[in-house]
Amino acid sequence: MPGKLKVRIVAGRHLPVMDRASDLTDAFVEVKFGTTTFKTDVFPKSLNPQWNSEWFKFEVDDEDLQDEPLQITVLDHDTYSANDAIGKVYIDIDPLLSNEAAAILSGWFPIYDTIHGIRGEINVMVKVDLFNDLNRFRQSSCGVKFFCTTSIPKCYKAVTIHGFVEELVVNEDPEYQWIDRIRTPRASNEARQRLISLMSGELQRKIGLKVLEMGGNAVVGYLQCFDLEGESGLVVRAIGTACTLDKLSNPATSLLPPCGSPSKDLKEVPFSEDPNPVTHSSGPSTPLKNQTYSFSPSKSYSRQSSSSDTDLSLTPKTAAPSPEGPRIFLFPSSPPFSSSSPHHKSTQLLRSAALHSLTPPHSGHVSPVCLRKSVSFNEELLLTASGMGSGSGGKDGGPLKTLYRQQTQSAFEHREFPFFTLTTFPPGFLVHVGGVVSARSVKLLDRIHNPDEPETRDAWWAEIRQEIKSHGKALGCHAVIGYSESTSICEEVCILSASGTAAVLNPKMLQDCSMEGCSEHRLSRQPSFFSTGSEKGEFDFFLQCQDSASILGLDDASSLGCSFCHIPYDELNMPFPAHLTYCYVCRKQKVPDVLFTTIEPPLEAAVTGKGCLIQARLCRQKKKTQGEANATAISNLLPFMEYELHTQLMNKLKLKGMNALFGLRIQITVGENMLMGLASATGVYLTALPSPGGIQIAGKTPNDSSYEQHISNIQKKINDMIIKNREIYEINPPEVLEELLGSPIPETRQRSRLFRSQSESSDDVSELDLSHGKKDAFVLEIDDADAVEDIHSLLTDAPTPAGFYSCNTEIMPGINNWTSDLQMFTSVRVFRLNNVTSLTSHGLNKAFSDHCENLLKTLYFKLRSMIPCCLCHVNFNVALPEDELIQVAVTAVAITYDKDQVQYISKASTDKTILKASLENEDQLQFTLELCMESQSNQSALHFSPSKTAGITESGSLQQVTPAAQRATSVDYSSFADRCSSWIEFIKQKAQTIRRGSIKTIASLDKASPLAEAHTRHRSPISCTTSTVTVVEMTPLSFIPGAKIAKYLGIINMFFIRETTSLREEGGVSGFLHAFIAEVFAMVRAHVAALGGNAVVSYIMKQCVFMENPNKNQAQCLINVSGDAVNFFRDADVESAPSQPQTSGSQTGNGSGDLVT
Amino acid sequence: MALELDVFVGNTTLIDKDVYKLWLDGYSVSDAVTYRIQSGILEQTDATPDVLESDTMDHYRTFQMLERLLHSPPKLINQLLFQIPPPMQSMLIEKYYTFDEPFVREVLGKKLSKGTKKDLDDVSAKTAITLKSCRRQFDNFKRVFKVVEEMKGPLVENIQQNFLLSDRLAGDYAAVVFFANNRFETGKKKLQYLTFEDFACCAEQLISNWTLGAVDCMVDDMDVDLDREFLQDLKDLKVLITDKDLLDQHKSLVCTALRGKVSVFTEMEANFKNLSRALINIAAKLIHTKDVRDLFIDLVEKFIEPCKSERWNYNDVSLFLTHYTNSARALDAFKHQSLWERYMGTIKSCIMTMYHE
Repeated sequence: MPGKLKVRIVAGRHLPVMDRASDLTDAFVEVKFGTTTFKTDVFPKSLNPQWNSEWFKFEVDDEDLQDEPLQITVLDHDTYSANDAIGKVYIDIDPLLSNEAAAILSGWFPIYDTIHGIRGEINVMVKVDLFNDLNRFRQSSCGVKFFCTTSIPKCYKAVTIHGFVEELVVNEDPEYQWIDRIRTPRASNEARQRLISLMSGELQRKIGLKVLEMGGNAVVGYLQCFDLEGESGLVVRAIGTACTLDKLSNPATSLLPPCGSPSKDLKEVPFSEDPNPVTHSSGPSTPLKNQTYSFSPSKSYSRQSSSSDTDLSLTPKTAAPSPEGPRIFLFPSSPPFSSSSPHHKSTQLLRSAALHSLTPPHSGHVSPVCLRKSVSFNEELLLTASGMGSGSGGKDGGPLKTLYRQQTQSAFEHREFPFFTLTTFPPGFLVHVGGVVSARSVKLLDRIHNPDEPETRDAWWAEIRQEIKSHGKALGCHAVIGYSESTSICEEVCILSASGTAAVLNPKMLQDCSMEGCSEHRLSRQPSFFSTGSEKGEFDFFLQCQDSASILGLDDASSLGCSFCHIPYDELNMPFPAHLTYCYVCRKQKVPDVLFTTIEPPLEAAVTGKGCLIQARLCRQKKKTQGEANATAISNLLPFMEYELHTQLMNKLKLKGMNALFGLRIQITVGENMLMGLASATGVYLTALPSPGGIQIAGKTPNDSSYEQHISNIQKKINDMIIKNREIYEINPPEVLEELLGSPIPETRQRSRLFRSQSESSDDVSELDLSHGKKDAFVLEIDDADAVEDIHSLLTDAPTPAGFYSCNTEIMPGINNWTSDLQMFTSVRVFRLNNVTSLTSHGLNKAFSDHCENLLKTLYFKLRSMIPCCLCHVNFNVALPEDELIQVAVTAVAITYDKDQVQYISKASTDKTILKASLENEDQLQFTLELCMESQSNQSALHFSPSKTAGITESGSLQQVTPAAQRATSVDYSSFADRCSSWIEFIKQKAQTIRRGSIKTIASLDKASPLAEAHTRHRSPISCTTSTVTVVEMTPLSFIPGAKIAKYLGIINMFFIRETTSLREEGGVSGFLHAFIAEVFAMVRAHVAALGGNAVVSYIMKQCVFMENPNKNQAQCLINVSGDAVNFFRDADVESAPSQPQTSGSQTGNGSGDLVT
Repeated sequence: MALELDVFVGNTTLIDKDVYKLWLDGYSVSDAVTYRIQSGILEQTDATPDVLESDTMDHYRTFQMLERLLHSPPKLINQLLFQIPPPMQSMLIEKYYTFDEPFVREVLGKKLSKGTKKDLDDVSAKTAITLKSCRRQFDNFKRVFKVVEEMKGPLVENIQQNFLLSDRLAGDYAAVVFFANNRFETGKKKLQYLTFEDFACCAEQLISNWTLGAVDCMVDDMDVDLDREFLQDLKDLKVLITDKDLLDQHKSLVCTALRGKVSVFTEMEANFKNLSRALINIAAKLIHTKDVRDLFIDLVEKFIEPCKSERWNYNDVSLFLTHYTNSARALDAFKHQSLWERYMGTIKSCIMTMYHE
């Protein structure tokens, strides 16, 4: 009942000629919603018709409002024969349903035809009057906001994060219905587009209902996917994170966490800088005791379950199974405490803290799974420990830890799946990161008999999610973040994949944050820090007395930017083999030697140098089989592929001299006779983690001298490469630090080990002796030709050209002075493997890898005018459309940055120590989350003057920087700033010219959409106020460099089909696809502009299915894109350059100018 | 491994000005790649030839898609398909409509018909401009011509509004359109020494003085046709050469004014009647379309060449024409002063433009 949809058709322009005789068109418009249709009058003989229709009113249920798209069809009137359709516009009116959304949707929309593409444009106005429905049993969920962005949207504050929501709907694919045999391709395509639009509306509504049930008002990190299962149907599924969001009244104010932010005076006591001599009052001189155990290394991380043939892959992984197996470091520990009450009051804090300093340093949570695994050797461990004379440590991680567990568990236990699709979290939310968890399952598709009960598909996903959950538990984590799901379908085989990062989250944010919750939270957080106390109990205690604020232990740890690296699992019962060391930042907690995650690098993370894109590529042949046998063959291959991808990733990571991966995304694609694996991630050097060792080459036959020569050659090449990479990515870990601080690892042997690991890469090969064991050096054995090729391929990855950086995360660690020039692009390539069967698997790998490298090279070449720039959010998608065809689609954004400033910082970065980290955190308090980019640039400014009092120096250094920025812009002709100013002038001129014009086409232009005025209000420099075309930025990132997002206008989720029967005439496959992608971009931009927006953030091309039949001169392509429509304004517009009188050229200067004012 | 499909699409359409130039010049993709390799781009950017080829292909495809819009520049400004920054848009338009001097000299004044288009391969062979480029330039002429031919108002402004060209280029097109419409002969051997710019200057003069628009800018007619009435009247000027008294009087006035001022006084004095006859005969014949076409060749043959053969310098010609024009005012018997000024003013400008090596 409660909604009135109003539509007005204003005008058309650039219509195609439909009547060959007159070279004109008699156009009219049909407006359809649900089953109701209205028509405009025919506007005869014009290619630029002015309908100026009345408002067509539809009275509809809000359920329909959510599900149905508004369908506008432009037709050519024909007196004698049937009217010809020119094209259609589908408008999703969901963005209008939210109470804070745009009141009107108005603008020029491209008229789209699935056969002819865009054919002119139509000006439409849409309004919705919504009546409140108080019916408790309603089926609609109007007003629930959806965001593709995988972080809390910039102008909102998260009150509560409720958790995982998922839903799927299935239907028959119209393309495979019997009727498809008799209808036209156009009718089929339109039926399909409409159905998918309807299904995604329904899906969104159902998810919205779930969110309302949970008490939320928004879905963040909404990811909707289509599975085109062919004969068996069409599945639309979505996952997301339900939240309660509050709009920040002033978008300029920063997003502060509701409570528990570190207090300001904290920074005055930088922990690690404390000069107090460390007295080791307790504990023996050997806190790190190496104990070796061999639990079967390969099985522990790749296991197959008979039911679903899944593969558990836990990262980080260490080297190929070595006979020695993993090492476990054991701490001597003090006697465990008896349990303390779960409801400690904050008055007890001090006491409990003091007590706690004596508690054992285990940070792991002993989950049942781990426990079971560890029972066998626990006793021995304990014995050893007690043998050191410091009592037994054992499996219980301290009373407060227990308390913490209880609390977090209570927060999570009631959730079926404690998953979060978010990849970036408010500060303090992320406590620890365990590692990547993933699960895959191979299924045989069967026909969905009853679309209303999609139980099989639901069950499949539930199974996989269950598995992910248990993997997470095995890592001592109660939550999985950065969670995503995907499928790959070939004929009737389907691989379902899910992956995420196991993590420990701060439960406070999940609950309502009352005062009580707050104090409890403080308590609960405590152990994670104080368990680090180890043998230096007195020291810790001393500090606590000195500054009660530091009782909020976690805040301290997080202020150092290392806490999230600390292991969440019990070091005694590690779920997988890993080398643990003390955190290189705080020196108190244990960290793994490498860390793989699917999330963004946390803002607070202390990173050394810059990051880079790391890819592992793999191609495996398989026999062409059918049904069950095929599924079995695939599931047998999967674990090996995962293992190999991991090994490749690890090798490449080491080669780059880095120790952590963020944004890891492993895509396994199934084809008729091949399986492809592509893993992409951003490698970084986390300051908290140990320096990665080199790669050691070992030969099988050490006696052969020529062979040894060969090996040492390769070894030298690898070492050179590592050194070079360290230079490129500016990885200079602060070595001096260890001497300054009392090393928490007093044992000499240990210390020397640490030093060695840092120096070995910068010094020559001879330092790499094996006498220290294989802890750091990563050994590659050359035992057959395969291994040689492995190493070869490792070395042949082309380096990124100078001036370019690339990453697949949103933010590039180490670059923070973005300028406003950005270019989003999509590149698609299909290549044919000639006689696949004759290729060796390595030949195949090489072909695939070369192809990817080539693609990247082309991108670098194309974007060379933007240097210095960084390709961010590089997202590869691999598909196998046919037997020997491999399709790779890449979407990314290139953002320019200010090189001069970077160099300045990099100089400073050599002496940036932990102090920097704490300063960074302080910055975040002031500018929290407002714009990651911005806060980072602030940080960079702060690096120059670490002390707060040096405000003058700061502004001084800023001024130094700004001219550099200007220089850069003025030199680069294509720079955006220049462009903007000249652009506007140009438009003004043109507008004048146009106004003087007397032809009809142009006369209509003056009427521009009412939106033009809306844009003027925001004065976005790139929005053409006088042209009818609004400039719309598109970016896969959740932010726009150098700009603030003022408003979120709704989710964009569009699905298009394009087909041609004249492929050659349209420029072949490339011409066809090129035009189609351009058309999709145009339609997205038009929708955003109509909503009053000027950008799409978190843009993603989720699907690009391309099929061709050159013999028939036919091709078809399906594209699915989504993103968030926003309205942004540039900083330079708002603050009219207070410090610098320069014009738009000083945009970057103003950005960092925030800091000074 | 063979690349079957290779596309790159940016949200902001990437335009490489160098590749655009190669495309406009009508080079094939492979020629363009060769050309780019020769330019040393591979060394500068560390790229490989296949990267270059892929890039060139992409640009060529983009340009092909843009070409349709470039045919109607206002569409390019308002289309939604390609997001192109306005400065780049105007660059695209300007470059697309820019033509080559050797080409325009071949085509200037010719009928923009299918027949002429068929002869473009000769033009191409003669000028070393690719046939493709010749066709584009020819089509541009024709397109502009068709759009503005029947339009009201000032020619240059019409061109500017419909094709969004710069003042200079719009002026050039006005000349092309004007010449094509009046079919002025420009290709004769004797006219070869003249540049397009010379003709464009003359065209500007002719348009602003001799067309209908020159008399009344609000007139409901075109800038492209000459004022027939004016041409009709021109035969009245004949009196200056047919009336012996008038001719002598005119001569003595000019000679008095020029004595000691020109280096070629004697030659001038001797030739005055011939020159005067030449100029006035040209005027009198302009009523015939055929003679309008020959205006420039007549000016060269009947006036410029005789002067040149007697080594008049630029200054001499200028002074002569100035006084020749002004002296007519003093002739009481001569009643067509305004007509005379309108004719001579333009003729003088044209001759002065054309009077060079």
